[in-house]
Amino acid sequence: MTSETLEQGATRALDGRTRKMSTGRLGDRLFGLSAKGSGILLLVIMAAIAVFLIVKAVPALRADKANFLTSQEWNPDAAQSRFGIAQLTFGTVLSSVLALILATPVAVGIALFIAFYAPRRLADGLGYVVDLLAAVPSIVYGLWGLQFFVPKMNGVATFLHDDFGWIPLFGGDTVGGQCILTASIVLAIMILPIISSITREIFLQVPRANIEAALALGATRWEVIRMAVLPFGRSGMISASMLGLGRALGETIAVALVLGTASGISLHLLKPGGNTFAANIANTFAMAGKIGQSALIASGLVLFVITLLVNMAARAVISRRKEFV
Amino acid sequence: MAKRIEVSGLNAYYGKTRAIEDISMTIEPRSVTAFIGPSGCGKSTFLRTLNRMHEVIPGARVEGKVLLDDLDLYGPDVDPVAVRRVIGMVFQRPNPFPTMSIYENVVAGLKLNGVRRKAQLDEIVEKSLRGANLWNEVKDRLGRPGAGLSGGQQQRLCIARAIAVEPQVLLMDEPCSALDPISTLAIEDLIASLKDQYTIVIVTHNMQQAARVSDRTAFFNLAGPGKPGRMVEIDETNKIFTNPGEKATEDYITGRFG
Repeated sequence: MTSETLEQGATRALDGRTRKMSTGRLGDRLFGLSAKGSGILLLVIMAAIAVFLIVKAVPALRADKANFLTSQEWNPDAAQSRFGIAQLTFGTVLSSVLALILATPVAVGIALFIAFYAPRRLADGLGYVVDLLAAVPSIVYGLWGLQFFVPKMNGVATFLHDDFGWIPLFGGDTVGGQCILTASIVLAIMILPIISSITREIFLQVPRANIEAALALGATRWEVIRMAVLPFGRSGMISASMLGLGRALGETIAVALVLGTASGISLHLLKPGGNTFAANIANTFAMAGKIGQSALIASGLVLFVITLLVNMAARAVISRRKEFV
Repeated sequence: MAKRIEVSGLNAYYGKTRAIEDISMTIEPRSVTAFIGPSGCGKSTFLRTLNRMHEVIPGARVEGKVLLDDLDLYGPDVDPVAVRRVIGMVFQRPNPFPTMSIYENVVAGLKLNGVRRKAQLDEIVEKSLRGANLWNEVKDRLGRPGAGLSGGQQQRLCIARAIAVEPQVLLMDEPCSALDPISTLAIEDLIASLKDQYTIVIVTHNMQQAARVSDRTAFFNLAGPGKPGRMVEIDETNKIFTNPGEKATEDYITGRFG
């Protein structure tokens, strides 16, 4: 028998227990380190991409004799290198924003239908189909757009131009199926599933208590959605739209196939041709010279920055009313 | 404003399961009626049949008659939405709309009824919050989120929201079960002051509470294990707690239950 006092014994026992509860155990440490490592890795990858884009872009930006931001020319490999991204920025932003405007209401409608209106079995099936849309490769959308949708849009474009030409967006001298509007519709279909499935998940998370509170006040189904569901899902809907916008901004092959040719800055949505950052890179990178490739990477850098800004803006919108959930 | 409720032969089902069986009772206007009984005996289910909230659960349905004065709430051309606009409800857990301010929470029901005039809304907000005994605590921060209040304040906000539309009946489903004793007392005082204007029905697990706040008490129990819940008896609260008519009631209130 050791001559341990009661206090010593208690201290020893407590020490043993607190050690067990501390985070010093191997499993905790390993998990903590791997989590931290993943976080750091993400930042390193982001930084590496940014550095790569900047380093590769600098030679072209130095050689550029035109204003990089405002010029509409794109002749980086000419003896007197002149190029600018005005046209690309315009085409990218216009087609993506238009796609977002077209896709968001439909996506939210689908999500509401699945979450609140459809009978259980139909809802499950429909949710599955929407998710399946997201799995279709973009080259398939591009081919479908070019082979099937563009010919159909020729007629639509003519109709819109003839009957609604007084609306400036549908005006212009020439119209055709291979226009920004067609590209935007294809983009809208492509970003529909991601917006729809995220908003559906958010809607399903609306607390039952909030829905019942609205019902007990005598709200109809639509009023319940307006009072309890949409406000609750607001930030989720914004995040979902921004993810969709991000995808639309960066979408390459479908847009490149549908638009085909480049054209200048024009708000006439039915005018054939158009160009975006990603489509321009895909169409011209293989044939570009040294400065040309560098110029394309510089345009990629701008796309990177735009996407970043879009995401930051979304976060700002979401956090502005943070105290209200 | 306050109306009498007469229930006869009421059964409620969840899918194929019958949850409550053959309940008939009269609930007097301008009085507080308490429902007591063990968990799972159908008190809340019965309460929710009174404003047609039972049927919002998929598969749930009701048989029988609920008369609000002369109107059968389950009549063929009665709109459940309209029923809920005249029979207010306060839930077990405070459920203010998290995305709305205190002010917006109070006027939520009024907006459904198409009240839009700012002056009128302001007036009703003050009246309802005073009625719910919350005005002095929140009058300087009506634009703040309702979810930022304490639990007891949130529950009083929910009561303010329910009485803002001046319902004919106020149903309360264990309104104090998530609250501390001081907030509970505040709500009980409030119930006492509201009964001059409203017909109040309150479900409670707390027998002292039933004894304190109610004029009449109904005791619910299961007919047997696995059987639907039924009402054992309803009488003056005083009588239920001192000299109940049924043995089961006496066993329950004296704690000799089961």
